[in-house]
Amino acid sequence: MAAPLLAVRELEAWYGESHVLHGVSFDVREGEVVTLLGRNGAGKTTTLKSIMGIVGKRKGSIAYEGQETIGASSDRIARLGIAFCPEERGIFSSLDVKENLMLPPLVRPGGLSVEQIFELFPNLKERLASQGTKLSGGEQQMLAIGRILRTGARLLLLDEPTEGLAPVIIQQIGRTIARLKQQGFTILLVEQNFRFASTVADRYYVMEHGKVIDAFANAELAANMDKLHDYLGV
Amino acid sequence: MFGIPTQALFSQLLLGLINGSFYAMLSLGLAVIFGMLNIVNFAHGALYMMGAFVAWFLLNWFGVNYWGALVLAPLVVGALGVVIERTMLQRLAGLDHLYGLLLTFGLALIIQGGFQNVYGSSGQPYAIPPQLTGGQNLGFMFLPNYRAWVVVFSLTVCLATWFAIEKTSLGAKLRAATENPTLVRAFGINVPLMITLTYGFGVALAGLAGVLSAPINQVRPLMGADLIIVVFSVVVIGGMGSIMVSIVTGFALGICEGLTKVFYPEASNIVIFVIMAVVLLIKPAGLFGRAA
Repeated sequence: MAAPLLAVRELEAWYGESHVLHGVSFDVREGEVVTLLGRNGAGKTTTLKSIMGIVGKRKGSIAYEGQETIGASSDRIARLGIAFCPEERGIFSSLDVKENLMLPPLVRPGGLSVEQIFELFPNLKERLASQGTKLSGGEQQMLAIGRILRTGARLLLLDEPTEGLAPVIIQQIGRTIARLKQQGFTILLVEQNFRFASTVADRYYVMEHGKVIDAFANAELAANMDKLHDYLGV
Repeated sequence: MFGIPTQALFSQLLLGLINGSFYAMLSLGLAVIFGMLNIVNFAHGALYMMGAFVAWFLLNWFGVNYWGALVLAPLVVGALGVVIERTMLQRLAGLDHLYGLLLTFGLALIIQGGFQNVYGSSGQPYAIPPQLTGGQNLGFMFLPNYRAWVVVFSLTVCLATWFAIEKTSLGAKLRAATENPTLVRAFGINVPLMITLTYGFGVALAGLAGVLSAPINQVRPLMGADLIIVVFSVVVIGGMGSIMVSIVTGFALGICEGLTKVFYPEASNIVIFVIMAVVLLIKPAGLFGRAA
């Protein structure tokens, strides 16, 4: 089997004095959609931020395309072809929609064109001149995802893209993720909503207390339902 | 008008516009630096003075004229700013405002003290470039060419800066990095480099203002120390809102000062501070500032 696109080994991370990740290990293979599940505070977001290089201190190993990035700065990591869509979406209020969309620089060839992004999210096209934060929550999420598709990054880290959104928008985001997968993007998703995750994910890792405690494929989801309810406390 | 000779009114207005030009260019740089570095740059006045001195050195040591200095002096001051940022200010990232304030204040004292030690407190003359000597008789007033040039040039520089920051993609990066540097960096943009260059650019503007002022105010070690106090009041009055606010407040307060000289000269030195006190009482974040 080919080496994974992203290999995380014994990853530890800290926010200031608080030790959040205690040895996280998992793989993401090229073209997969992998979802991190777990309760609030399990360390899912911190895992994404560690991969992106934006937590205070990291230890262990994060290899992307075989290249070690544990000591790299976040701008270097981004230029390797990893892009991050944060939970709070990170739309800039001092930029209009177009400026938000065009902000991330191209890091590699092969990103989506602006036209292709408008095809995925037609709403954005009509709001180009609006101030970024004047958009609805759903539109902001589309903008946050759309702007990282231009850059040519092949691994997308999406942190709770459906949080707080209406069901019809969640469906649209689900369809988008499916299309991105078809186009060859690799996606690492953090989700609380595993009904949504089950419509897009190939595999799951379950996190608790800053560790990966279980892993299974989408086909095994039904068989693991009881365990999952336990893990997630739902 | 109101028993004031038109001649006096317009000359004071012009003087106000000139002062306003300097206020605008300096407070603009302060605003850009504060936005990006979160540092209240107390060294701004000293770097403004250095701009004037670099022009004077260029002329007297290297025979480089005013026009050359207009390009070179801001570059020299900007380069010094880059060194200051890389070696000192960078270490203050994430700390309280006070540290930046103390460090830059100390730098200002050292720079000014050094120049004072060598050149004393008196001014070195710097001649108006021959192309800009003389003036125009407008009928209602006499307009010296050099002063007209200063107003037009600094207004142009201010508006160009505004355009670059508000309307270009580089400016969008700058605005975004002011808002959320972590995320902008995670998009692959070298934010630390942007911060360094922003500081360099902000103090280069101060250096440029220094060159502009050399033929008007002479070149004195304390020229910046006198000016910077007023400039900080301008910043407080306008509020750290935006680029345009700095420009408009700078010019408007210069004109206010000029008008006070006509109508009640005794108050002209304190009018800006009085306005500042009143504004602070009514709107503590400044006229256009966003409350923290």
